[in-house]
Amino acid sequence: MAIKTEPFVVNFGPQHPSTHGVFRMRMTLDGEVVVDMEPVFGYLHRGIEKLAEGRTYTQDIPFTDRMDYLASMTNNFAYVLAAEKLAGVAVPERAEYLRVIMAELQRIASHIIAVGTFLNDCGAFVTPFMYMMREREKILDLFDMVCGQRLTYNYMRIGGVSHDIPEEFMPALDKFIREMPGFIDEYDQLLADNEILLARAKGVGILPKKLAINISASGPVLRASGVNWDIRKVNPYSVYDRFEFDVPLGSAGDSYDRYRVRVQEMRQSVRIIRQAMEQLPEGEVWNRMPLRLRPPAGEAYAHIEAPRGELGFYLVSDHSATPYRFHVRAPTLINLTALRDMIIGWKVADAIIIFGSIDICLGEVDR
Amino acid sequence: MTVALSGDEVAGKLKKKFPGSIVESGADSLLVKSESLLEIAAFLKTAPGLEFDYLDFITSVDYLDYFEVVYQLISIKHNHSLVLKSRCYERENPALPSVVSLWRGADFQEREIYDLMGISFEGHPDLKRIFLWEGFPGHPLRKDFK
Amino acid sequence: MATFNPDLILFNYRAAALPPDWPINYWFHWVVFVIIIIAFALLMVMAFIYLERRGIGRLQIRLGPNRVGPFGILQPVADAIKILIKEDIIPARADKVVHWLAPVVAFTPALMIFAVIPFQDGALLADLNIGILYIVAVSSVGVVGVFMAAWACNNKFSLIGAMRTVAQIVSYEIPMGLAIIGVVLVAGSLSMNQIVTSQNIPFILLQPLGFLIFFLSACAEINRTPFDLMEADSEVVDGYHIEYSGMKFAMFYLAEYVEALAISAIITTLFLGGWKGPLLPPWMWFLIKVVLVFAVMFWVRGTIPRVRVDQLMAFAWKCLLPLALINLFITGIEIIVLPEALPWPIIFLNLAIMAVLVLLWSKLFRLGGGRVEV
Repeated sequence: MAIKTEPFVVNFGPQHPSTHGVFRMRMTLDGEVVVDMEPVFGYLHRGIEKLAEGRTYTQDIPFTDRMDYLASMTNNFAYVLAAEKLAGVAVPERAEYLRVIMAELQRIASHIIAVGTFLNDCGAFVTPFMYMMREREKILDLFDMVCGQRLTYNYMRIGGVSHDIPEEFMPALDKFIREMPGFIDEYDQLLADNEILLARAKGVGILPKKLAINISASGPVLRASGVNWDIRKVNPYSVYDRFEFDVPLGSAGDSYDRYRVRVQEMRQSVRIIRQAMEQLPEGEVWNRMPLRLRPPAGEAYAHIEAPRGELGFYLVSDHSATPYRFHVRAPTLINLTALRDMIIGWKVADAIIIFGSIDICLGEVDR
Repeated sequence: MTVALSGDEVAGKLKKKFPGSIVESGADSLLVKSESLLEIAAFLKTAPGLEFDYLDFITSVDYLDYFEVVYQLISIKHNHSLVLKSRCYERENPALPSVVSLWRGADFQEREIYDLMGISFEGHPDLKRIFLWEGFPGHPLRKDFK
Repeated sequence: MATFNPDLILFNYRAAALPPDWPINYWFHWVVFVIIIIAFALLMVMAFIYLERRGIGRLQIRLGPNRVGPFGILQPVADAIKILIKEDIIPARADKVVHWLAPVVAFTPALMIFAVIPFQDGALLADLNIGILYIVAVSSVGVVGVFMAAWACNNKFSLIGAMRTVAQIVSYEIPMGLAIIGVVLVAGSLSMNQIVTSQNIPFILLQPLGFLIFFLSACAEINRTPFDLMEADSEVVDGYHIEYSGMKFAMFYLAEYVEALAISAIITTLFLGGWKGPLLPPWMWFLIKVVLVFAVMFWVRGTIPRVRVDQLMAFAWKCLLPLALINLFITGIEIIVLPEALPWPIIFLNLAIMAVLVLLWSKLFRLGGGRVEV
């Protein structure tokens, strides 16, 4: 005799210790299995696109910090690239190298949080997270040295960066870069082949290659599914074509592959920083533009490889001091398109793991 | 480097198949009529030599006379990109065909445009507001929003 | 260690190894031991809470609590005071009587286990000759408390959490019982004191597979990592005690640690040789071994990720249960065929069998189901 069951709807509410930010999923559960899922956005919508239309181009730089607040340097980078394309401004060499160093340090810091919280969701208490935070603290101290801020940097300007590095920065960076590969090995040692982690994450939440391209996924999510598409290689911006580095790829597109791709990317970032440090030229760091910049009428789009995916800014100018249209191509919102397909058929505990492995930041999803 | 295809070049390929649907082709973008948008997009996705299988982004701009919707398409295989544009001249209920059937990545982005700018997309499976709540008066990103 | 010395009292009535005669002798023995057990349980639980938080902190390269008192020793006291002065909230449509009774039913069996744990040769509250069977029976009653707690809260999520907890506890009782029978066969008696006295070599060497199975089942019984998905953040439902606050929540929290203490004490008695050891007084050996077992438990907690609920059930039924049956079978054969053999060949034989079985199961056995088609 079969037991009659009926599916019931559960709100994985906006307040939950495990969703990374205020995000709501309405899941229909049949026993333990997720039968249907609907994501609800908008809890952190601040109307940044509209607000930016009322402020000058330079005043919009702090707005970009606050979108993906865990990777502010790369947000700044994408925006100033778009504004420079629009205004036709050149950037001094030293500033380009400094931008690359900051962006790669930011990539390491952001992946530390992504991997740490992913392992936390898998249940490894908070031990790997604590170990990784130790390194993130060192990176935040480096940023503090340069621009005085630990989270929302407002460091890059249209035409360069705002401050040159102080004297104590290079020795501290050198020390950090020498120790970092050892630390990454330390994290890997206990976790890479751990039976329980493999059982929880391998084969869970598969994103097939064709679907990944079709939903315009980008970043580690796309590369874990086997697509070799890294903006730093296929469309190099700033001075990335002068560095030698590999692009880690996954094969299966499951949560375990996304985790491995991020760890490998941390190693490659260390490589890039080392090369940038060696090649760093002397010179100015800011090609001074008037603060109320009035670029010629037109439009420009610039995209970079942010830690979470392809971050792009589309700016339209009408020759006034404020942008006519300020649009952000948010990688995390677009990566979430396939969330429903990835979660259906798995159990509740897996839903958290799959969601954590996509690595979103609500500030960017909702803007 | 990703080669940004010029609008003229692609317009040349499209003129034979879709006569009369290209409004304007410039060096960096291609403007098409909204009625033939879906067919042209389907052609661009599958035509050999073009094969734009990756939709980079969709956005909309409110020039007061018309709304302009901008698509950037990328081909992963050939590493080239194209900017496709289309305009709606109505102010009250602007509508465009949806490209979700070709590129699923358009799903949330079209919902966002509907929510903030008010342009509805015909053929979208679930067109409802994404960031603001149902019943919010107006569309904030329009230039005449108070 | 923070317990008082029962040696002085025990010198006075060694004859307590035999059931004392009625009336005054018995009541005196009973009062002394009740005080010893309650003091031991409560003080050791406070010590365990402190040790766990400091230990996990050091594993995570941070300090752990170190503000309250020297080295943070008074931290559990501060926690206890905080919990005691909290308001006791009862949900509006809850069943008041069951709500009040549930913590009691969950906590009491954990304390009752200590009645048969030997602190020293003959120093137990009651030397039952069915000692270990009494323990298994009494600890099963705790499950009823869990379910009563969820029922009384009138909260469907809490009920679902409790059902999963009950399923987990009941599934892991079976391999635990079978592992115990292996020890009983080797010792020849169910009485806890007899089991300790017959351990010339600790049974962990004679029954390595039994020890492994018992340790894992016991961790699952008391909801510790890697099996603590009932209290995890990454689950929708947060466990059966979600609606409790104040002293009642403290009872559940204490019950968890008292059970951990009880399991450590049982493992010490069954597998590590109880109070046996050279030089130091026996009760000190007992305490050292108990703390050692608990240290391994929180070491595992700070290191390994947790399993999913279907992987948990699959592990109990498909992995531990067959291994426990095979262990029992092999132990039985050894007892019958080689009763007079020297211990060392048996130890090597058992270790080899354990290694082979564990390797075989880890290759053949997949943890849990995968994706379900909807």
